[in-house]
Amino acid sequence: MPDRPLARALIYGTLLLFSVFYLLPLAVVMLNAVRSTADINHNSVIAWPEAVVWGNFGETWSRYCIAEHCTGIRPYLYNSLLMVIPATIISTLLGALNGYSLALWRFRGDGLVFFVMTLGVFLPQQMNLVPWAIVLRDLGLFNTISGLVLIHVVQGMSFTTLFCRNYYVSIPPDLLKAARIDGAGFFRIFWRIVLPLSPPILVVTAIWQFTGIWNEFLFGVTFSAGQNQPITAALIALAVHVSEAPQYGLQSAAVLLAAAPTLLVYLFGGRYFVRGLTSGAVK
Amino acid sequence: MPARRLLGEGLRTLVMWAPLVVSCAYVVIFSLWTTAVSLTRSTLLPDYTWAGWRNYTVVLNSRNWQVAYANLAIYGVLFVVLATAVGLLLAVLIDQRIRGENVFRTIFLYPIAVSFVVTGTVWGWLFNPSIGLQKLVQGWGWEGFRFGWTIDRDLAIYAIVVAAIWHASGFAMALFLAGLRSVDADLLKAAQIDGAGPWRTYTRVVLPTIGPIFVAVLVMLLQFAIKTYDLVVALTAGGPGISSTLPALVVYDFMFQRGELGRGSAAAVMLLASLTVVLLPYAGFRLWQNRRSAARA
Amino acid sequence: MSALTIRNVSKRFGAVQVLHDIDLDVESGEFLILVGPSGCGKSTLLSIIAGLENATEGRIEIGGKPMNGVPAKDRNIAMVFQSYALYPSMTVRQNMTFGMECRGVPKREQATILDRVARLLQIEALLDRKPSQLSGGQRQRVAMGRALVRDPLLFLFDEPLSNLDAKLRLEMRMEIKRLHQRLGSTIVYVTHDQIEAMTLATRIAVMHRGVVQQFADPDTVYNRPANLFVARFMGAPPMNTVPARLTGEAGAMVATIGQGAAAVRLPVAEVPAAWAGREVVLGLRPECIAEPTRHFSDMDGATVTLDAPVEVIEPTGAETIVLLRFGGEQVLGRVAPDLRLAPGTNARFAVDTRKICLFDPQTELRIA
Repeated sequence: MPDRPLARALIYGTLLLFSVFYLLPLAVVMLNAVRSTADINHNSVIAWPEAVVWGNFGETWSRYCIAEHCTGIRPYLYNSLLMVIPATIISTLLGALNGYSLALWRFRGDGLVFFVMTLGVFLPQQMNLVPWAIVLRDLGLFNTISGLVLIHVVQGMSFTTLFCRNYYVSIPPDLLKAARIDGAGFFRIFWRIVLPLSPPILVVTAIWQFTGIWNEFLFGVTFSAGQNQPITAALIALAVHVSEAPQYGLQSAAVLLAAAPTLLVYLFGGRYFVRGLTSGAVK
Repeated sequence: MPARRLLGEGLRTLVMWAPLVVSCAYVVIFSLWTTAVSLTRSTLLPDYTWAGWRNYTVVLNSRNWQVAYANLAIYGVLFVVLATAVGLLLAVLIDQRIRGENVFRTIFLYPIAVSFVVTGTVWGWLFNPSIGLQKLVQGWGWEGFRFGWTIDRDLAIYAIVVAAIWHASGFAMALFLAGLRSVDADLLKAAQIDGAGPWRTYTRVVLPTIGPIFVAVLVMLLQFAIKTYDLVVALTAGGPGISSTLPALVVYDFMFQRGELGRGSAAAVMLLASLTVVLLPYAGFRLWQNRRSAARA
Repeated sequence: MSALTIRNVSKRFGAVQVLHDIDLDVESGEFLILVGPSGCGKSTLLSIIAGLENATEGRIEIGGKPMNGVPAKDRNIAMVFQSYALYPSMTVRQNMTFGMECRGVPKREQATILDRVARLLQIEALLDRKPSQLSGGQRQRVAMGRALVRDPLLFLFDEPLSNLDAKLRLEMRMEIKRLHQRLGSTIVYVTHDQIEAMTLATRIAVMHRGVVQQFADPDTVYNRPANLFVARFMGAPPMNTVPARLTGEAGAMVATIGQGAAAVRLPVAEVPAAWAGREVVLGLRPECIAEPTRHFSDMDGATVTLDAPVEVIEPTGAETIVLLRFGGEQVLGRVAPDLRLAPGTNARFAVDTRKICLFDPQTELRIA
């Protein structure tokens, strides 16, 4: 089609306008993190800093009080990290194993298993709150990081299994037949043939699990309290705490630190993000 | 040797089945469990005394639930339609062989990596009349400007719509863009030879071929709308009052604020039922699609 | 020794029966080709022989031992796949030694065998490459190498040449034939290409709709096809099949194609007397219709010359394919390339009547 200058200008203009809409919250957080509360109250959250205040980060990192604990957000970030790393690794690996069984070792009822897994992905978390509460209590894992890890591993497996399964079904069946004739069994085929082909899907799955678990709020706020909460729950506690005497600068710094890990993963692994996003729908 | 082989076989079976069984059993058992609790008199603790449908009638007649579903209707329709429209518009614009495509794509999609808690918190500031957009515009000299959606009973739900669109429209864009890029290039050449302009090419050739993606986007957004929880907690906490509450908040409110596990569970089951209404036709559609493509192959 | 015995093998997928009562015997050192159009069940039969699928009914024996229920790895077979099925993450060397590794063959022995096979196939220089770094022909060689390191009772080939371009396919076909002659191994080979079947096989099983139509040596399958399906499937261009009427007595029967002045009469031998006066389908290979100077045989009356209208000519260089009419029916002939024929005119042709086949129009079976 001919490149009319007016049409081009309209296209770029619209894109730039939407860019402002999308970037506004990020800009607000980044700028306010280095502004003083007085500055924000006086000039609104959308303004250039009158003076750059670096102190917000130090204050929010280790000194600010959230619900009587004056430890900053550091312990909560640490909790999130302790939760997200094992939960991501375990759920991804188990998902790979499940996906391999489902995609490449057809068995009676595999269609049903696939169906239930799909249900698991769409099931609202509210359906699982009461059972998890009872299970965690009986296992003695209430208000522990291990309890949250358990929840995220079990809940995440539906998702990781489907991801890996959809990737593994594209492995040519001849490859498995060849391996069976060569004398390789279930595990040897997994380790020697399937797993070496898996890095692309494992990266995609791990990135999505990391993001999902890091950002998860409902289970964090329901099954942990006080100093054992992950960062998302602590942010809400912080917001409630400061609502009488708002400290937007401090809060912005906290929000930025809480959002940083997943944003960095997105910036460096963006193409894997998109690949995971589109792999399910565009088929 | 046979004993060792038997052991190996047993280990194989165990490792193959244990994770599969766990991840399937939890879905089935937990769903049935919550459904069971919803039919009992459980309050603070599970109490398996039969209560029949009473919890359901109580929840259905509660003001919270009615407000929540009215809100869900407004929010669901506006959010799904607008997020789809914005996503499609951005995808089509990006598809025009523009410069800096990667930059724009990164900007439009980054919200998906941001938690709802952060999204809600930051949009809460922007809607806050004393420090947000209202303050900014008033600072420019327009003293009468009002933009305090989150403190207005009638407007709070629309603030949630805006924040949710911000979070999810990039997702719709990414799906649409992938669909646009998967359209056979020969089809576009054929349309060009037939003399179709850009508008006609899109409306008559491209969009009909990505029909399945439309359905996928709509379903994903709709199920996302039904499940919305943390965004509201962080943005309005359901307020002012209960004016911007949604079904997922009502579930939590019954279960843990009021200590009514039975009623909360009943609300959760109804949430699942709404989700099923959306997903069942879609599952049927996908099944039909697969059957058809299988029949063709 | 019987290398492979297939007895009454049937296979059903749900309600669909893909194999009907298959019976085949393969002697040691034979090159059996299963040939047929796609969907005829030949690949399913190969999978059943390999142990990758189970027969619904029937028995499989390899080297005289019953194989029902024996897993693929314990059947002492090796297989070459259409897609080659090379493990993408392994080097050529690892691809070839993986099977020995699974069976616990000592490293030294693995290296010796690998060296021998790599030399045999001339792939020594490729051993440290990944499959993605190989050309189609090289992948094909590696896939064969992976089968050869095993030294099995039975080699199974599943359309191994169909992913190669025409020139390479010709080369590899020769190579496979040379390997078979040199190693004397027993091979079961699936293909839909009847030329591969004719050139490679010691025996051919022609399959159609899950049934073996004919199981014989290539010469018999080509010259004495068991039924119309085989007649039309084998050969390119395929055998001409036209309706004809038999007249005369036993020993001196004549087949007449068409009616009136344009009718073509061809003498046929060895027809049961009961067929006199009945309608049949007459089969004649295109190469049996040639230029009038062609001398097919010293036998009296074997060659008949006649005039026929020419419709289309297709010179291929080595020969010219002619579309002509015998008594109004379209038939193809193959004539010498230097014969100048003009479409739309009549020309004279020689017909080799010894090779005429006759089929029952109802049962489609050959009667003579």
